[in-house]
Amino acid sequence: MATTERRPILLDFEKPLAELESRISQIRELAEDNDVDVSDQIYQLESRAQQLRQEIFTSLSPAQRIQVARHPRRPSTLDYIQAISDEWIELHGDRRSGKDDRALVGGIARFEGRPVMMIGHQKGRDTKDNVARNFGMPVPGGYRKAMRLMEHANRFDMPIMTFIDTPGAWPGFEAEEMGQGEAIAYNLREMFRLDVPIICTVIGEGGSGGALGIGVGDRLMMFEHSVYYVASPEACASILWKDAARSAQAAEALKVTAWDLKSLGILDQLLPEPIGGAHANPIEAADTLKQALSQNLNVLLELSSEQRRSQRYDKFRQIGVFSEG
Amino acid sequence: MSLFDWFANRKKTGLVSENRHEREIADGLWTKCERCDVLTYTKDLKANQQVCPDCGHHHRIFSGDRIEQLIDTDTWKPINTQVAPEDPLRFRDRKAYADRIRDTQAKTKLTDGVQTGIGHIHGEPAALGVMDFRFMGGSMGSVVGEKLTRLIELGTHERLPVFIVCASGGARMQEGMLSLMQMAKISAALERHREAHLLYIPILTHPTTGGVTASFAMLGDIILAEPEATIGFAGRRVVEQTVREKLPDGFQTSEYLLSHGFVDKIVPRTELKQTLAQLIRLHRPMGQVAIAAKQTETARQVETVLKRSD
Repeated sequence: MATTERRPILLDFEKPLAELESRISQIRELAEDNDVDVSDQIYQLESRAQQLRQEIFTSLSPAQRIQVARHPRRPSTLDYIQAISDEWIELHGDRRSGKDDRALVGGIARFEGRPVMMIGHQKGRDTKDNVARNFGMPVPGGYRKAMRLMEHANRFDMPIMTFIDTPGAWPGFEAEEMGQGEAIAYNLREMFRLDVPIICTVIGEGGSGGALGIGVGDRLMMFEHSVYYVASPEACASILWKDAARSAQAAEALKVTAWDLKSLGILDQLLPEPIGGAHANPIEAADTLKQALSQNLNVLLELSSEQRRSQRYDKFRQIGVFSEG
Repeated sequence: MSLFDWFANRKKTGLVSENRHEREIADGLWTKCERCDVLTYTKDLKANQQVCPDCGHHHRIFSGDRIEQLIDTDTWKPINTQVAPEDPLRFRDRKAYADRIRDTQAKTKLTDGVQTGIGHIHGEPAALGVMDFRFMGGSMGSVVGEKLTRLIELGTHERLPVFIVCASGGARMQEGMLSLMQMAKISAALERHREAHLLYIPILTHPTTGGVTASFAMLGDIILAEPEATIGFAGRRVVEQTVREKLPDGFQTSEYLLSHGFVDKIVPRTELKQTLAQLIRLHRPMGQVAIAAKQTETARQVETVLKRSD
């Protein structure tokens, strides 16, 4: 995780905090130059900054939370895999389309001594990388690669961990031509058939069917500032409000946060993030993820594959709100 | 009866199709084809299952018509008719979702976007779900998800083939993530149906897009489509914006999907019922064919005996 050394990228709602912090460092420099003791004042200002940060990040609006979820420095799938596993061999290709999709990565990792299959959407770390990764938007070949790796995991009795972080499946010409709908649909059905434990975690952005295509499992976890939606607020605003500028309103209405999903009976576990978001302290975020994965995996490994499959079915079976009679 | 009375009665008895506005009918007696502009006697068009006799254009039809066309008379048993939508998100765009539901229900006389049930197709029992595009663009929310899941579960339990006539713009945004999860829920039920070695066939009609395409529409053992239906995952406009160029004509049509290997067969509406019956029979194990034939034969003999005793 090489992001901590670089200059921070500030989101608009972080501006007051940044101003306060720059004042603190100014005072500190001034005091050092003139050899005056201002530690009391510094201490006061710093605790105010800490308090302000906490206030900002505990009262984010859904639209602001989406900004955090899409933060360019937010730890990605490969960042987390590197942090939580002891070994890692990335595997490539769906053996069908003649092209490896770099927006969706996967491979075998050693997690707490056990080989597991780790699969996730991969956004780029900078513009060049993002172009190569197609901003984390997979083509059908990506979903078919994911399925190929999951079948492999099933054969060799490896638990599957997926990491969700995509604006959505790529809505391009070739993607349609190669059967984007079929590729996702196939995964949805087949993931119910797999015998091994499956744990899915939304680490950033959960963009609709493109997220769900690797999102069927025994557990769904979400980081505190990640989001998961049926349609991006931008698309929803332009369809329902006929005005893309209403996306903040759409974000509010769509109920996209971890708390919303928990109350709708979709989310199993919310993972708290360091104050300031996962990118403020990626090591701490990775520790949280590792612990949660470990706990859930141990519970799931106690069950037989029949029990897991039947509970997985029931978990999705009960989702939905309607009246009857 | 005077001509005036005849017209007045005609309205009352519902001879005028309820969806005439969509079909741009001049005065109800004649229907203008939206593609070739040829006028067809409305009754003839109905007899031809709303397919233009002149150019073969398939006019949009709704769930009630479809059930009538596919299911043998008096064999349709609707199920879960009481399952109705709620407004769990208290969603409001330019109009409140609760009002939208109420207005659409009043206009369509449907509870939500799908009708499900059991019926016979040329004597073959089957589980059938028919989506209705009139109900908020056939969008899939909790009710569509629940009713289709129950239909498939019933199909698995009763060992019936399942058919779903798709017509949908995708997941229903007004129910947020609950809608997205219906894709997984229905796929789960289809997985069990498949494990039981039972036949599932979706019939893709205009339009089948979004979340429906990315789930049960593409999961058929065999996939059928009506001619010239729009079928795709991403909307055409979205794709156009993404690639920043105009897309070829015929992109995302039934014919396009057939040539790319994602649809098995394009079936004109007028041949759909017999095709489904044929496919059911072709998937019946040999032993059962013999049993079925024997049952039919026995029933015939019993009938003959009964007739004789009259």
